[in-house]
Amino acid sequence: MRHILGVLVENQPGVLSRVAGLFSGRGFNIESLTVAETLDKGVSHITLVTTGDEMIMEQIVKHLNKLVNVIKVIDFREVKFVDREMALIKVKAEADTRAEALRITNIFRGKVVDVCQHSFTIEVTGDEGKIQAILDLLSQLGIVEVVRTGKVAIARGRKNSTKR
Amino acid sequence: MKLTGAQIFFECLKAEGVEVIFGLPGGVLLDLYDEMPKHDIRHILVRHEQGAAHMADGYARATGRVGVCLVTSGPGATNTVTGIATAYMDSIPIVVFTGQVPTALIGNDAFQEADIVGITRPCTKHNYLVKDVRDLARIIREAFYLAHSGRPGPILVDLPKDVINTKTEFKYPKKISMKGYKPTTEAHMGQIKRAYTAIGKAKRPMIYAGGGVISSNAAKELKQLGEQLRCPVTTTLMGLGGFPAPHELWLGMLGMHGTFRANMAVGNTDLLIAIGARFDDRVTGKLDEFAPSAKIIHIDIDPTSISKNVKVDIPIVGDCQDALKKLLQLVKESPIDDLEKVRKPWLDQIQKWKETYPLAYEQKDNLIKPQYVVEKLYELSEGKGIIATEVGQNQMWAAQYYHFSEPRTLLTSGGLGTMGYGLPAAIGAQAAFPDRLVIDVAGDGSIQMCIQEMITAVENNLPVKVAILNNQYLGMVRQWQQLFYEKNYCATCLKIAPDFVKLAEAYGALGLRAHKPDEVESVIREAFASPKPVIMDFVVNPEECVYPMVPAGAAMTEMLLA
Repeated sequence: MRHILGVLVENQPGVLSRVAGLFSGRGFNIESLTVAETLDKGVSHITLVTTGDEMIMEQIVKHLNKLVNVIKVIDFREVKFVDREMALIKVKAEADTRAEALRITNIFRGKVVDVCQHSFTIEVTGDEGKIQAILDLLSQLGIVEVVRTGKVAIARGRKNSTKR
Repeated sequence: MKLTGAQIFFECLKAEGVEVIFGLPGGVLLDLYDEMPKHDIRHILVRHEQGAAHMADGYARATGRVGVCLVTSGPGATNTVTGIATAYMDSIPIVVFTGQVPTALIGNDAFQEADIVGITRPCTKHNYLVKDVRDLARIIREAFYLAHSGRPGPILVDLPKDVINTKTEFKYPKKISMKGYKPTTEAHMGQIKRAYTAIGKAKRPMIYAGGGVISSNAAKELKQLGEQLRCPVTTTLMGLGGFPAPHELWLGMLGMHGTFRANMAVGNTDLLIAIGARFDDRVTGKLDEFAPSAKIIHIDIDPTSISKNVKVDIPIVGDCQDALKKLLQLVKESPIDDLEKVRKPWLDQIQKWKETYPLAYEQKDNLIKPQYVVEKLYELSEGKGIIATEVGQNQMWAAQYYHFSEPRTLLTSGGLGTMGYGLPAAIGAQAAFPDRLVIDVAGDGSIQMCIQEMITAVENNLPVKVAILNNQYLGMVRQWQQLFYEKNYCATCLKIAPDFVKLAEAYGALGLRAHKPDEVESVIREAFASPKPVIMDFVVNPEECVYPMVPAGAAMTEMLLA
């Protein structure tokens, strides 16, 4: 099973390496990982997508908590949440396909962020299903390159789940 | 007043109550060593940095205090890695200070530069690179706190040369605030009650205790609990000394080379009470068949140890001593009815197992049996020695035949299985207890891995007694080759060996040898009487095996007995 974890860490050199090293050293998987500062500059938030059964997930959460620089782990199995990722997609756009590329982009509420003679670069944000859907459609036109951010997730409701 | 990093270093060590440092200087540490004579701290100069880490570790195991070592950058630092990993696997509190090239040169492949923080990240509890002298006091404070609190472990602090010689205002921080580090030490009362209910219902309970009992100083409570529940007790290798071996409820060690009765008890118990142990593969054997009919209670300070490889029914996170005290309180408040009667069939069964296959060997009058040497060491030291071991057969015989009764009297590399650990660990313990008898039970293979520290023992008047069970083989590997590889003794023969007696003499120590069983006692007596470090070379039966033995991957009840 795939799961999303939010990990609040002290913003110090080497922290990412501790988290990544934990996963590689113990044979856990990382499917995607994003990291950036929070409102508190001393604290960063990592959104991490991983896979494992109940026993492995329990171990992952415990091991993350055990790292001295980890302040809190949010297990999104336990809360309702919204998750998004962004993709930048470079798609072929020749005279006969430009209109179709634009139409698909509009349907998915994407934006064209770069245009050149033979291609568009499209920015699109959404959950995994939406990103996959636009990729499927655009692939008929010819995708040159894709860069994706990996998921970010936040708990629903008014509470700040990163409060400690 | 402004102090240099070097001065701050020694002020911090003083504040932490450090009395001895095991170390070896080098280029980037010159300012620190220049400062050292001005401070009231003992420095023991090692001959290889691995020795420094093991000495700090042996000191920590024997005393319960944090062991400290100090080594230079690059190779000095990398040489400690085995020692750090050893301490990490066995949860031993040490702080390793490593020199580092100046901050401006870090990352430039400077002379004697190594990314030791990167290298030791997976084998330390936590580590630090001090980039600013203003952080130094706080980091040292945190390092000592992290080393001994929660589940103890090694901490590494990397000290660049410019940090050591830059000045700043010094104030030793009183308080520690680490957002991400708050170990659970108090056991949850609700879980304790659930555990006690299960204990009340059990017919065939047993206690399986590990190193956590030693590190939380809970041996007294463990004994009380065993007695008040009339519950037999086994321990892991790391837990030996946590429960007195001569006790009627003592099952002996369990696991791959555990006693017949301990392993049979695990196979038949209906309630396994695990205390400060981590269900290591050398203890569980085949996981599916480990304690197959038992409910499992697990007390441990580290949540990651719980349900890691064996599913636990009643987890209790907390310090072992706290949990045991709470359990004892419940026993006092509501004792179990008819305890003697309820336990009798189970204890009778255990007695039968004990009589069927006790630990045994036969000492004939030609070749010395290694087990006999260990029993003689036990007898002649009146069980009061601090025993360090190397790793392999010597370690298992020491575990089986030196009947440990006090905690912190066995220093052994349980988790990592580090050959070469014993001699430096013994030296570390002897530095803490100059008047106690400290013995390293060694093999002819392992002793050669840190033999250079003999001169450290001689120089510092640390009269450790090394007992080499010399079978002219890497004995444990040879045993596996004998049993599972048709006696294909590939690369395990050590017949070309140094003369250990002459070697001892070359170091300025005393060298003694026994060829015959009737020489064993006199050699040991002479060694114990000597004020010097001693190497005893016992020429033992070359093809002796350690039994019982559970083959790797088999169930614990499938033991080879001879």
